[in-house]
Amino acid sequence: MQGSFKRLVEVGRVVLLTHGGDAGKIATIVDIVDHNRAVIDGPTTNVQRQVISFKNVVLTDIVVKNLPRTIGSKALAKFLEKEQVVEAWQKTAWAKKLEARKRRAAMSDFDRFKLMRLKKQQRAIVDRQVALLKKERA
Amino acid sequence: MVKSARNNQLAPGISRLSRSKVFSKRAVYKISKVSKPKSTEAKETKETKRAPVTKSDLIAALTAKSNGLHPANIAAKPKAGRKALRAPKLRKSIAPGTVLILLAGRFRGKRVVFLKQLKSGLLLVTGPFKINGVPLRRVNQAYVIATSTKVDISSIKVDDKFNDEYFKSEKEAKPKGTEEEFFGKNAQKKEHPAHKIADQKVVDKDIVAAVTKVPYLASYLASTFSLSKGQAPHTLKF
Repeated sequence: MQGSFKRLVEVGRVVLLTHGGDAGKIATIVDIVDHNRAVIDGPTTNVQRQVISFKNVVLTDIVVKNLPRTIGSKALAKFLEKEQVVEAWQKTAWAKKLEARKRRAAMSDFDRFKLMRLKKQQRAIVDRQVALLKKERA
Repeated sequence: MVKSARNNQLAPGISRLSRSKVFSKRAVYKISKVSKPKSTEAKETKETKRAPVTKSDLIAALTAKSNGLHPANIAAKPKAGRKALRAPKLRKSIAPGTVLILLAGRFRGKRVVFLKQLKSGLLLVTGPFKINGVPLRRVNQAYVIATSTKVDISSIKVDDKFNDEYFKSEKEAKPKGTEEEFFGKNAQKKEHPAHKIADQKVVDKDIVAAVTKVPYLASYLASTFSLSKGQAPHTLKF
């Protein structure tokens, strides 16, 4: 199993959908069709069971261990809840970055202005502390 | 020699020769020169009293047959417009109190407060002047970005005197264009009328009060809008 690839296509591998209406949601590989496609299912993230091309999907680091092949949706949901897959995904820096991007895009002009002002304030405080510390060290 | 038409059509409706070309080819002006002395006689006859129009004259005029000749130059009549002038509809995203970003003109980039739509369809906006230097002003809604930010001006009544007439500039004596006028000692700077300065203060007073209630809003209005790297206006939410 070891090699230069760290994420492998395998039953139980959690994937992020990148195209189509479900883009941004995660799902789990339930079965592998061929070298291009797999069956995925996401009962806890509102993703219908479907065959999907690997072109439309990105593998994540998360794997549901010991997942039986071609497991049904209901049984899969129990597995996912037990392993807390959604929570584990939300904790990743990747998911946080996506979330931040979404939030930033939804900001209004006034929100952007307020963010700019607050960041300025933050910067002033941090820079001041850094300068103080530098002085102490010197 | 075979005679051919002087002016044939290249395509239906497009003649080979222009109107002036045809005029010179036809050389009608040469003929009129010869007949000039006649015109003086015609003038004399004109001076004599016109005979009263009788019924038989009318009948003759109405039943007269065309001789098949047509005037050389037919002046094109302008088409009568049938469209009524109607003020454009106010964009859905714009309502009294909405903060607008001006896109054109002297105050482009400024964020201003929308007050009301005038009869001409133009939008009445104010900076407020005290905050960002934009006076009471009319702007076209096509040159404006409506933001989702609103200043609560529901309790503020905008005087009806602020109409299109109010913003019309007064006519002044036309300058002669001498150097003295522009650069001389008497060159006068046009001053903003005092009553408009007073009006501005009255309108802005309540609006500034409403603006200062919301944190950061005053400095937001004071700042100008611009796009930074990687920003595209059609992908931004305002």
